[in-house]
Amino acid sequence: MTVAAQPELEDLEVRLLLEGIFRHYGYDFRDYAQASLKRRIRKALQAEQIRTVSALQDAILHDEQAMRRFLDLVTVDVTAMFRDPRLYVAVRTSVIPLIRNEPLIRVWHVGCASGEEVYSMAILLHEEGLLEKTRLYATDLNQSLLDRGKEGIYPLSAMQTHTGNYLAGGGTRAFSEYYAARYDRAQIKPWLKANIVWAQHDLVAGASFNEFHVILCRNVMIYFNRSLQDRVHRLLYESLAPGGVLALGDKESLQFTPHEAGYESLDRREKLFRKRK
Amino acid sequence: MTYALIAIGGSLGSFKVLQVILAALPPTFKVPVVIIVHRERGQEAILAPLVQSHCALPVAEIEDKGRIEPGRIYIAPSDYHVLVEDGTFALSVEAPLHHARPSIDITFESMADYYGRRAIGVILTGTGQDGAQGMAALRQRGGQTVVQTPASAEAPGMPEAAISAGAAGHVLPPEEIGPFLVKLTEERP
Ligand SMILES: C[S@@+](CC[C@H](N)C(=O)[O-])C[C@H]1O[C@@H](n2cnc3c(N)ncnc32)[C@H](O)[C@@H]1O
Repeated sequence: MTVAAQPELEDLEVRLLLEGIFRHYGYDFRDYAQASLKRRIRKALQAEQIRTVSALQDAILHDEQAMRRFLDLVTVDVTAMFRDPRLYVAVRTSVIPLIRNEPLIRVWHVGCASGEEVYSMAILLHEEGLLEKTRLYATDLNQSLLDRGKEGIYPLSAMQTHTGNYLAGGGTRAFSEYYAARYDRAQIKPWLKANIVWAQHDLVAGASFNEFHVILCRNVMIYFNRSLQDRVHRLLYESLAPGGVLALGDKESLQFTPHEAGYESLDRREKLFRKRK
Repeated sequence: MTYALIAIGGSLGSFKVLQVILAALPPTFKVPVVIIVHRERGQEAILAPLVQSHCALPVAEIEDKGRIEPGRIYIAPSDYHVLVEDGTFALSVEAPLHHARPSIDITFESMADYYGRRAIGVILTGTGQDGAQGMAALRQRGGQTVVQTPASAEAPGMPEAAISAGAAGHVLPPEEIGPFLVKLTEERP
């Protein structure tokens, strides 16, 4: 992929494309981080074998399927079970004691992609004896990712990595208890899914829909610019119960966000923050 | 002209070369440097202190939307791509490119976009071809580009790929790269 011949023109075209998508389809990428978004748009040009962003706009506005494909490209969906294993160790030791005595525990996975993170948490809660009284809310902008999550079928080849992560994340059982292997696929056991609610939710539109004890929003806001990050931080803050825990991605920070002072650090390295009471 | 950012890319074997380059940068060196080294997951914990022990400038961690400050050395975290936009870093977890995450190509390309002539890219020893395309884009936008001489490279793949992509503005042995950067970025009144 190369850079555009006329950068200012490309910037203008990108702005028009995003405006068009927003007005026609309601998806609002206008406040996404520019550098990464441009990269994704160039990828879309390659995939659609289209030369200019203006022509891409034409294709997307007149063809819903092209919009679907664009959505799949723009929403970077890379994820894994027990990604960043140390986080799960920290959840076991620092978060579980805080929520153990709640009569009903609510966990929100924001930007859950194809659900691997959600099942990881369900497994952890099961091992802590808490899954029965927990509701896990799994939301994402992209419905096709949620459909995959709900299905819970993953390539068997990925399970080796996932098993390694599970063990590194403090898991002590046989990871194969949690899925059934069929041919080249691993199907998550149905009982793990019982307390998960899957729903399409757009962080940009930004409505809070419940109060949670734990919110995980990992590697989602890295795709947003500062001002959108600030808005989303407000939404997350307002959606947390007093004393509730926010988990951010490995390289994300609360620093300089409007709600920095509203949290205390629970685990600095693992990016776990507790809302002050 | 004031340069905005220098990016140095290599594979793990490039550490010895990096050491030579960083040792040549004086404590007064102002242009921020980002180091993108291919490596196994989780090794940045080792890399940062290692780099710091060979360098007079402070080594800083990259966090998403962190400001790019003058006089600092930054290390790309493993398993994230590093992009730049108007004075800040932006991270991405998209799939590895040419088997690499961090990808040197991705950082170079976004530097080409945002800094153009104010960017400097350096490619050191490494296998594969990561960096060549991004460096070509950088050069096309008027950025300065430096490639380690293939003969001096433990793994000449990456330098050779950059040279055959026509991306190399300068081809230098390790001991000349640091002084070249110092000279290039010296601000003349
Ligand atoms: C890289 S994935 C993160 C997956 C998982 N949380 C993890 O860390 O492994 C980013 C997810 O954010 C979702 N996303 C992007 N924009 C969004 C928005 N406006 N509202 C909700 N989700 C969004 C994408 O669809 C994608 O699934």
